[in-house]
Amino acid sequence: MEQTLQQVFKRPEPYKKNYNYPFCAGCGHGVVLRLIAEVLEELKIHTKTIATASVGCSINLDKFYNLDIVGADHGRAPCVATGVKRSKPDKIVFTYQGDGDAATIGFNELMHTALRGENITTICVNNTNFGMTGGQASATSILGQVTATTKNGRDPKISGYPAKISEMISNCDGAAFVARVAIFSPQSIIKAKAAIKKAFECQIKGLGFAFVEVIAACPTGWKLKPVQALEYIKNEVTKVHRLGIFKDFTESMA
Amino acid sequence: MSEIKIDKEKCKSCMICASVCPKGLIKLNNEHVNHAGNKYVEFVDKNNECLGCALCAMSCPDMAIYEVLK
Repeated sequence: MEQTLQQVFKRPEPYKKNYNYPFCAGCGHGVVLRLIAEVLEELKIHTKTIATASVGCSINLDKFYNLDIVGADHGRAPCVATGVKRSKPDKIVFTYQGDGDAATIGFNELMHTALRGENITTICVNNTNFGMTGGQASATSILGQVTATTKNGRDPKISGYPAKISEMISNCDGAAFVARVAIFSPQSIIKAKAAIKKAFECQIKGLGFAFVEVIAACPTGWKLKPVQALEYIKNEVTKVHRLGIFKDFTESMA
Repeated sequence: MSEIKIDKEKCKSCMICASVCPKGLIKLNNEHVNHAGNKYVEFVDKNNECLGCALCAMSCPDMAIYEVLK
């Protein structure tokens, strides 16, 4: 007897047909980009979404998305997105940034966008180093992490302590949704998708700035094998960068 | 009777899919490489054990597993 098979996983609608990933093996960017595309499709907003690309590995989103994309200088994606949103208030605007871009070079811009309470969504992929330039230490590198610029592990006497951006952004009054999620297992990917979905719902309801920090693997920068890199997130990175939802106005004001 | 479809040209043999598969049905092909010069994984399901859970497709960083049928 022939059973008809149902499609339980397919290419998301905002994706180009001939997508090709330029990332290294095991890179977390691919999963996060797919999750954003799935959320845009589920909320049926992919026809009116404008993305803002930043500098770093995260700029590669134009190779997959069938969206309108604006480029921005290093760290200045929230400012460009502010301009886009203020001139086109009916569009959905999001920025896609790495941690070198959002937390190290452009933290000032990110924080003031949160303080102004701009009605945009920021997805920050935190892989605790500058991936594109060869794995240098960034502000979010954890203590003891070996990178190209901290050969003996990050020492707080020389290079200070890791920046916990989600906690800092949640202290800004304009932020309506702040969450930190991670990508190291199928369960954590489902949680990450739920957080990204809430961040976009926050913007649809017009509540204010929504920020999701996604801890993702950079096997090349960390000099680990892809599966070991996921273990490293689970055992080391999430001990410093605690997962959780720090602020959520979507339910109290709905 | 579930099935996954792998595009071997997109695979970079990171083996994350093989590490999450509850039945261990995804195997590395050690003999051949694709056009990009990477080894690639293959779906080996002789006894129809695949559950169609799509955990592999969800975890694949390159969306090389582009379709899951259940």
